[in-house]
Amino acid sequence: MSPAQFVTDDSAATNRRVFLGRFSQGLGSVALASLLLPNALRAESHSDAAFVPLPAKAKRVIWLTMAGGPSHLETFDFKSKLGQMDGEAMPESFTRGQQLAQLQGQKLVCLGPQFRFEPRGQNRTEISTLFPHIGAVVDDICLVRSMTTDAINHDPAHLFMNTGTQIAGRPSMGSWVTYGLGSEAENLPGFVVLVSTGPGRSPQPIAARQWSSGFLPSRYQGVQLRAGSEPVHYLTNPPGVSRRQQAADVATINVLNRYRADVTADPEIATRIAQYELAFQMQASVPELMDLNAEDTRTLELYGCRPGDGSFASNCLLARRLAERGVRFIQLYHRDWDHHSLLREELPLRAREVDQACAALIKDLKQRGLLDDTLIVWTGEFGRTPMSQSNKGPVGRDHHNQAMSMWLAGGGVRPGMVYGATDELGYAAVENRCTVHDLHATMLHQLGIRHETLSIKFQGLDVRLTGVERASVIKDILL
Amino acid sequence: MRRMVAVVLLFIPAAVSASEPLPATIGFNRHVQPILSDNCFFCHGPDAGQRQADLRLDIREQAIDGGAIVPGEPEESSLIQRIFSEDEDLQMPPPDSHKRLTLQQRKILRAWVEQGAEYQQHWSYEPPVKVEIPAGANAVDVLVQRALAEQGLEPSPPADRRTLIRRLSFDLLGLPPTPEEVEAFVADDSPGAYERLVERTLQNPHYGERMAIGWLDVVRYADTIGYHSDTPRNVWPYRDWVIKSFNDNKPFDRFTIEQIAGDLLPDADTQTRVGSAFNRLLLTTEEGGAQPKDYEARMLTDRVRAIGTVWLGQTTGCAQCHDHKFDPISMRDFYSLGAFFADIQEPILGRREDGMPVMTAEQEAELASLDAQLAQARQALDAVASQLAAAQQQWEADIVNYRITLPELAENPEQKVADAEKKRAQSVAAALKKSDAERSPQQREAVRSYFNSVTHLYRAERDAVVAAEKARNEYFEALPKCLVSISTSNKRVVRILPRGDWMNESGEVVQPALPHYLPQPDGGGRELTRLDLAQWLVARDNPLTARTAMNRLWKQFFGTGLSRVLDDLGAQGEPPLNQPLLDWLACEFMDSGWDLKHMVRLMVTSETYQQSSVASPQLLAADPDNRYYARQSAFRLDAELVRDYALSVSGLLVPTIGGPSVKPYQPDGYWENLNFPVRQYQPDSGESQYRRGLYTWWQRSFLHPSLLAFDAPSREECTAERNRSNIPQQALVLLNDPSYVEAARVFAARILSQCQEPTDKRLEWAWQQALQRAPAEEELKLMQELLAQHLAIYDQDSAAAAALLGVGFAPAASEVDPAELAAWTHVARVLLNLHESITRS
Repeated sequence: MSPAQFVTDDSAATNRRVFLGRFSQGLGSVALASLLLPNALRAESHSDAAFVPLPAKAKRVIWLTMAGGPSHLETFDFKSKLGQMDGEAMPESFTRGQQLAQLQGQKLVCLGPQFRFEPRGQNRTEISTLFPHIGAVVDDICLVRSMTTDAINHDPAHLFMNTGTQIAGRPSMGSWVTYGLGSEAENLPGFVVLVSTGPGRSPQPIAARQWSSGFLPSRYQGVQLRAGSEPVHYLTNPPGVSRRQQAADVATINVLNRYRADVTADPEIATRIAQYELAFQMQASVPELMDLNAEDTRTLELYGCRPGDGSFASNCLLARRLAERGVRFIQLYHRDWDHHSLLREELPLRAREVDQACAALIKDLKQRGLLDDTLIVWTGEFGRTPMSQSNKGPVGRDHHNQAMSMWLAGGGVRPGMVYGATDELGYAAVENRCTVHDLHATMLHQLGIRHETLSIKFQGLDVRLTGVERASVIKDILL
Repeated sequence: MRRMVAVVLLFIPAAVSASEPLPATIGFNRHVQPILSDNCFFCHGPDAGQRQADLRLDIREQAIDGGAIVPGEPEESSLIQRIFSEDEDLQMPPPDSHKRLTLQQRKILRAWVEQGAEYQQHWSYEPPVKVEIPAGANAVDVLVQRALAEQGLEPSPPADRRTLIRRLSFDLLGLPPTPEEVEAFVADDSPGAYERLVERTLQNPHYGERMAIGWLDVVRYADTIGYHSDTPRNVWPYRDWVIKSFNDNKPFDRFTIEQIAGDLLPDADTQTRVGSAFNRLLLTTEEGGAQPKDYEARMLTDRVRAIGTVWLGQTTGCAQCHDHKFDPISMRDFYSLGAFFADIQEPILGRREDGMPVMTAEQEAELASLDAQLAQARQALDAVASQLAAAQQQWEADIVNYRITLPELAENPEQKVADAEKKRAQSVAAALKKSDAERSPQQREAVRSYFNSVTHLYRAERDAVVAAEKARNEYFEALPKCLVSISTSNKRVVRILPRGDWMNESGEVVQPALPHYLPQPDGGGRELTRLDLAQWLVARDNPLTARTAMNRLWKQFFGTGLSRVLDDLGAQGEPPLNQPLLDWLACEFMDSGWDLKHMVRLMVTSETYQQSSVASPQLLAADPDNRYYARQSAFRLDAELVRDYALSVSGLLVPTIGGPSVKPYQPDGYWENLNFPVRQYQPDSGESQYRRGLYTWWQRSFLHPSLLAFDAPSREECTAERNRSNIPQQALVLLNDPSYVEAARVFAARILSQCQEPTDKRLEWAWQQALQRAPAEEELKLMQELLAQHLAIYDQDSAAAAALLGVGFAPAASEVDPAELAAWTHVARVLLNLHESITRS
């Protein structure tokens, strides 16, 4: 059999899958081995016991990032007192000595909730009427109203949310998790990122550093899948090259590489061969994944998307497809939640773009039995001020790090729960205040990792996702 | 308690009888300090804020005073008692620290205490020692072989000549040798052939480009600001300055000083100022909601981290929020180092200035000539200024006296007047109603300008000034510019920020000062400047800089550093396995006058460098990571060089050195998530499309995906060492990125045009071009089959052939049969994709 036939022949394809499976699992299992058998890869001083994994409740994460920082006061945290004080001066007792962004040095005036809330679900949880669909599944989610963050500008706040530090160059959570657990996806990356932008204004930029693997090996970096003809960079054959021809070239490259391995005994060559096989497989598996025409009309209607529209709804549906294929960490970004101005005009548009799809994702995973072991997280990078901002046009709210609302669903998180509370004006989290490090610790815990033990030596430190400060698993929100 | 410990100790020898033997003499730096640092110093180390039980183990006297250590009496030492304790309340390190000592480590500590618990200063803070080397011998070989003998290892045989020239060419130039160069070197069996090759290679101007790549990583050079909008800034002349410095073999001490303080030198000139762009390479922001104090702190800490990584091999960043937990660097050291940069004039937020014009002598002359022409034109106009003013006065008087309506304001339905013109005329008419004395300066200028537009008087003189201004300004705009350091006496106040919190202004104000634990210069009590900092970094008694530089250089030629952690020579790094060698190199570097080429020459002419990289199974088992250098290492080319290789073999490479950064093809929409402003990527056309990888536009938030796939860092932080990964995206790049497809088809055209012979000869020729060796028979056969298969397809499908040959801007060869060229493109493509092609072995 010539090498060119090797790849096109069906029985050989089966062999290849076996071959591939071995190698692609190898990617993650190297890291996994280092967790289970620290002496294999790690410095000896690490404790064996520390690496015994916890029982995992969640096998994968779908992280829905509302980039720009949605206002908690118009979404999930109703403050009637703030409404009563609308237009009055913000009491100085709240804001004295506090870090503010664009409102620094400005007159601070209360701005009441701009949209109506309604009690939803068994616990009559107050949810903004902008989110009727999420309200309908509120019994499946755990709402956290007491999240806080350290950063107050977009870029550092995203970095903090993704990497646990505001210094660039550290691995993001998806990289940490795939480093720790590997991935079950054979022909797809273990950490996938999808970005959507609604029509309209000029949204905040998102940098690829948000899904960087930092100092971890590049194979753990997030791979952005994009709508359109080339979901992964350079996925498509050059024009004038058929899949059969591509197969022939890849096979020839690999045979020549094998000859070379015989001469030099260089172990990197075996990896190189495996990666060419995997790349060739991805050229088929990724377009297959991205093709939503395979979904029935009912599903498309449930999410509210059309195949190929690049919408957040499409990305939610893709997230489900990625989850089904064993991808470990799926992160969605929906941009343009930065409402310094035009809060009343713009926020309803963003809400409409995500509301139905978020609820659909929960329902769809649930009906397929995937919600139990998939952890969904919905959050921005910070909250917004109870004070109005009016120096940028029609009224809005400024960045705010003392309070934000977020929710989780599935993955062993307690459904139908509200955790934590802000003060009467929604300025600061006061009850069960939690930090981004706590969130990370909790997510890792659900994935079966003790956050203190997932560390890697970098610049002399045992660097952890959860940082050096104390981080706590938020046990109260777990089943 | 005593009895219990004894029982435990009795139990141990039996349990570990099978484990590795203890070293005969326990060395503090080699064996003990790494254990203490990693496991104990967090709570019992330099950081006073974190210290538990008021005990510190990093200072011998205090460890003894605290009872932790009784020299010679391990059973009496609470340190030893507690590391062997099985009682969770007593055990050290405590269980909740998730640190645990191995049995071997506990035995080492015990033996060390038994032998008297001698401390040494941390190895890298001691001055390096230069051991005697027999005259005429290469110190690298002497010291490597000494270590090999201790390990019972033998050096490997030398590599064959083809491998050797390929290795040297990639290492020193970043480009493959031509088949002719390889042939000449293989054929040259005269003595000193290799040494002559090294000399020629060191004189090649591509040497500077190759050496620059690592430096640009470590100083985090990029074309954009980094944060938020990640907008462009002007710094590329600095990149060219780095290349030129390496090519000129600028002494490393001078190279250092110009970067940190090139503006403060008594002999400062344009070039030394360009070097000082180093201080401007950090991340900055233009985000609207950013707070100046926040970013002032970020910028200070960024710079202190950079000094630590680039020169000192110290993780200074740890001391931003607390005293360093492992090394003696304190918060005061950290902020005092930051205070050296408080004089740099720069906006904390918002747009950077364009920077200093960087001119050649010709450009300076041209600008001077344009300035002179402008001055001359202005002079000519000045000469007639009074006549012009008189005419204007007359014109104004006429308008007022005869109640003339300005033509733009006349009711004339046939003539349409643009709104802007009408508005301008209205404001002039309003100004004319006032006397000259009553008019505002703007009004006066409006009248003058209006008059100038309607009068023909002295038009030639006026036009000459406008033209000269335009010529001068356009020329100036087009000049290269570079952000540089400019010192201001209006310095920022630097305070220690408690816990690194920039909102907390209660910390003490600090002045520039050098880390307290390292040799201090005699500053004579005056305030220290950046120039002092720079000179201190390269002072003969600074124990860190030369070691840090030599450790990085060693890695470039041997695959791993002598101390593996390139950016940390501190307690948490790795004591070098061959410290006499690292120390000798550091001393020789300084003694030679910081002569980098001298050190490169020493390394690459060593027998150690010239060994084969093929390891026997025994050697692989004895030293899997090649830490003792009983062989060479094989590793993949760096990202930029992977590109250079394909361009070079295809013949597309434009070898121009320096200039503004360039934009190779990039996937559409890759920058879609950038904003403020939204940006469209325009690939360069013409020669700029085919430049070496290091000139690629370095967009920090979205680095070119092909570079990223091969582990080029985003350069947001100083990067002393790149990952060297092997991922499927690399295959996709080499197979499908239009840059590589184009290279393959141009390489194919070259094969067909330059080798007019039968297929097997052509394949051999192609092999020589790509791999600088002849193909084996089985390789030939395989490629012939592949060629035939593709040829059959393209013979039937001319559209497919045309499509493939249309990739990239380079014109397709017209004199060749498209089907044949397309089929050969696959052959070329396979060669460019081989592991061997992108590996230096």
